[in-house]
Amino acid sequence: MRPMILAVEDLTVSFDGFKAVDGLNFYVEENELHVVIGPNGAGKTTLLDMICGKTKPTSGRIEFKGLYLEKMLEYQITRAGVGRKFQNPMVYEDLTVTENLEISYPKKRDVIGCLFFNRSEAVRDEINRIAAMIFLDDQLERKAALLSHGQKQWLEIGMLLMQDPELLLLDEPVAGMSAKERELTGVLLRKIAEGRSVVVIEHDMEFVKSVAHKVTVLHQGKKLAEGRMDEVQNDPRVIEVYLGH
Amino acid sequence: MKDLPLTSTRGGASNAATSPTGWRGALLLDKYSVLILALLLLIAIPALTGAFRLGLFAKYLSFAFCAVGLVLTWGYGGILSLGQGIFFGLGSYMMAMYMKLEASSNDPAAAVFGGSGPPVPDFMTWNSIDKLPWWWAPFEHGWFALPAILIIPTLIAFVLGYANFRKRVGGVYFSIVTLALASIMSIVIIGQQGYTGGVNGITNLPTFMGYSVQSNTATLIMYYVTCVLLLCAVLAGRFILKSRLGKVLIAIRDREDRIRFSGYDPALFKGFIFAVAALFSAVGGAMFTLQVGFASPSVCGIVPSIEMVIYAAVGGRLSLVGAVYGTVIVGAAKSFLSENFVGFWVYFIGALFIFVPMFLPKGLAGVIDWLRIRGQVRQDKNHGGAQ
Repeated sequence: MRPMILAVEDLTVSFDGFKAVDGLNFYVEENELHVVIGPNGAGKTTLLDMICGKTKPTSGRIEFKGLYLEKMLEYQITRAGVGRKFQNPMVYEDLTVTENLEISYPKKRDVIGCLFFNRSEAVRDEINRIAAMIFLDDQLERKAALLSHGQKQWLEIGMLLMQDPELLLLDEPVAGMSAKERELTGVLLRKIAEGRSVVVIEHDMEFVKSVAHKVTVLHQGKKLAEGRMDEVQNDPRVIEVYLGH
Repeated sequence: MKDLPLTSTRGGASNAATSPTGWRGALLLDKYSVLILALLLLIAIPALTGAFRLGLFAKYLSFAFCAVGLVLTWGYGGILSLGQGIFFGLGSYMMAMYMKLEASSNDPAAAVFGGSGPPVPDFMTWNSIDKLPWWWAPFEHGWFALPAILIIPTLIAFVLGYANFRKRVGGVYFSIVTLALASIMSIVIIGQQGYTGGVNGITNLPTFMGYSVQSNTATLIMYYVTCVLLLCAVLAGRFILKSRLGKVLIAIRDREDRIRFSGYDPALFKGFIFAVAALFSAVGGAMFTLQVGFASPSVCGIVPSIEMVIYAAVGGRLSLVGAVYGTVIVGAAKSFLSENFVGFWVYFIGALFIFVPMFLPKGLAGVIDWLRIRGQVRQDKNHGGAQ
């Protein structure tokens, strides 16, 4: 077994008495592409929200590289090496593709550093390299607001690549994409997953099959099953609550 | 050029500026806009107006510092401060304290009332305060007063802003906090007559560092100093907006919830830009007092604070240069209307506050941008090269 990069233990969050995530244990190994599936309201997005600091857990621990993320603020968690992609594309619409990528460059993120930031050769090369990877190298000076839905999703993935996190959290990266875009995104995701750990929430079973190393099924805030895709797919409990219909 | 092409930071302009010539044109116009402003302020206006009008202009221009600061905080940072008068007032009062102590030290009567200590300003003795308060005393020295004008309001703004933004008090709630503070400030000044001069303010300030501020030459010099400082503020603002910090501000304005996940602490950035705006406002306040010869609670309460927002809105809240024009135009309209139709001014400013955001969300600068984009599109069509 490879070493763990993320260990979520006994994690619970309760919203006015409703436990969206309930005593969950969840582990991610280094360089693993781990997919989380489950019916609506299973607590998938809430789990990612807690890992990246958006939601504070009621109890439990989230350990990442010896740090306890549940005690840290969002920007500190990001700086520690956790990247998050939200369900709806969240890009900075009034900035260009280049500027969106530049802002995600993971250095000099303090006030003075930003004020005197110099777009050096290395930064430009990195922007160009990533723009080519996300199929936006001909849109560099376009405002993000003018991109299509799929392009915005790519841009956000590109921003995460720029951040170069060790753990990447992706919430439905192919939602709302055309078949063609979906295929390209699959290729992109496999490329991204090289050399880092990725947690993906996805509903598209074909897509999950094509990328996942390991699958965790959540149901009502608890873990229902975990294992390789073919194991999970044949688990009667999973078929009953999720895959059966 | 070493940098990658950057599109103009002026909101509306950059949409059309996707072609290389487009952004170059936009950049050039941006560059010239400061030059045009400098020529107008430094050459055209002094040549065309007499000493009285020039003094009036200088008065408007000291408010323009606040409008320029508001472009940064409100237009780009998304922080609508309804309390810039606080910082304008702080600058104004600190300058007045220095000038008042200087006036008192030249006043034989004040020396008598001060007893063995430093001379006491006249309004204090009228209020039976016969010893200079400890927090007044250091303002006797120029080396203390001038840095204090720059540092104290900036520091207060940063601490106030950071404390609020850290607790995620933002948007309209922060506007209300600033509004309340502006109100408190004028109440405190009016209430503490013995220390602040009360509703009359601090008056009778004839000299600054030994020089008379009332002669025509002094008016001219102070006008130029104001212009140069204002142009410096505009250029500093441009530098901030062109830097990566400017992009972070836009990102915070549009998606504060997202920027945290890019690894930025928005509270720090918002605190910073709020402090910069406070610094500009304080400089404006100090120049105001220097030129009009008084400090008064009427320039640091709610009404002037809201007027400053309107100056920025009319000029265009995304345009640093526009803010200066907005201030001068609205300021001149205010003088004209309140001289000719007493009491009508408040209705006019209320109407502006409604109509400008509704019909001219980007103010005068937005109109100019629109004209330029139209011209560009027409030109592109003539060349047969539609984008």
